Amino acid sequence: MSPPDSMTEIWVYLSAQPLLWLTLTLAVYLLAMALHRKAGGHPAVNPVLVSVTVLVSLLLATGTPYQRYFDGAQFVHFLLGPTTVALAIPLHGQLKRLLAMGGPLLIALVVGSLTAGLSAYVIGALLGASAPTVASLAPKSVTTPIAMGIAERLGGLASLTAVFVIVTGIFGAIFAAGILKRLGVKDDASIGFAMGLASHGIGTARAFQINEQTGAFAALAMGLNGLFTALTLPWLLPMLSPLLR
Amino acid sequence: MIAAFALLLTFQLAGEALRVALHLPVPGPVIGMALLLVYLIIRRGPSQPLRQTSGNLLQNLSLMFVPAGTGVMLHAGRLVDEAWPIAIALVASTVLGLAATGLTLHYLTHGRKAGETP
Repeated sequence: MSPPDSMTEIWVYLSAQPLLWLTLTLAVYLLAMALHRKAGGHPAVNPVLVSVTVLVSLLLATGTPYQRYFDGAQFVHFLLGPTTVALAIPLHGQLKRLLAMGGPLLIALVVGSLTAGLSAYVIGALLGASAPTVASLAPKSVTTPIAMGIAERLGGLASLTAVFVIVTGIFGAIFAAGILKRLGVKDDASIGFAMGLASHGIGTARAFQINEQTGAFAALAMGLNGLFTALTLPWLLPMLSPLLR
Repeated sequence: MIAAFALLLTFQLAGEALRVALHLPVPGPVIGMALLLVYLIIRRGPSQPLRQTSGNLLQNLSLMFVPAGTGVMLHAGRLVDEAWPIAIALVASTVLGLAATGLTLHYLTHGRKAGETP
């Protein structure tokens, strides 16, 4: 057997195994993290964005269907569930602060969460986006594992929602602090809470770069908004949908 | 580590079971998160292994977005066809959400303080 033939045979065998794409997912992510560190943690060099771009290029170049890729990557995807449960631990850590500022935080949560979710839905629908797209847009301010679950319940597409969530997070991480300052919102608690609420984990990571206090409020807002959106959107959106058609 | 992971999975499983039993519109892991929060309040905080395992998982949260994010290749056509509604809805709603949250909290905490100072 000539070397090119055996190479092809090895590829044909390995590409059919879950191991190949699982390993590549981890390897590409590690490279993206290294690049992120090299860029000084700049929010635009987002590790998820870089990983997805590289993996999609590899899949298209090798003609591998997404389903074959996901057979391997599903083991990483599965960890979203227990990690969502684990969000209870940082949330518990912020419990005292939450109770101390309870009233104002809850009002800001309700106002902000409904504004972010419903405005995405209404603007998307008014501009003529299709029903699955609009349902995938609505939970875009919520952390990915929760957003994907909500989108599926609303008739959206979980993987499309993941893309919207990531884009929202990157946008918030880059622009949120500047927008809030321009609006006259200058205290750490309000900036952090707004960043965590509107742009979830990626915004929270950015808030921790500003300072501890801002980061803590962002983490709190991310957890609360996940819970609140999951509890409200699946009931509210079906009521809104007849208004839009 | 395994005990802590088993605990997280147990709460997720309990969340899924409750969701199916009560026909709740909330994802199972979110119910599991709420149940674990109640457990932590009763137990007055997480054990060291649970804190460590959760910390490890949450530190690598970005990695877990990758398989789903790669699914963007399935939606390339939709993203191109609906590029404008999607881009405008995402940017506008994120700015509105930021402004609504930040202004509300700022007004409620600082507006009141400013009124109290003579």
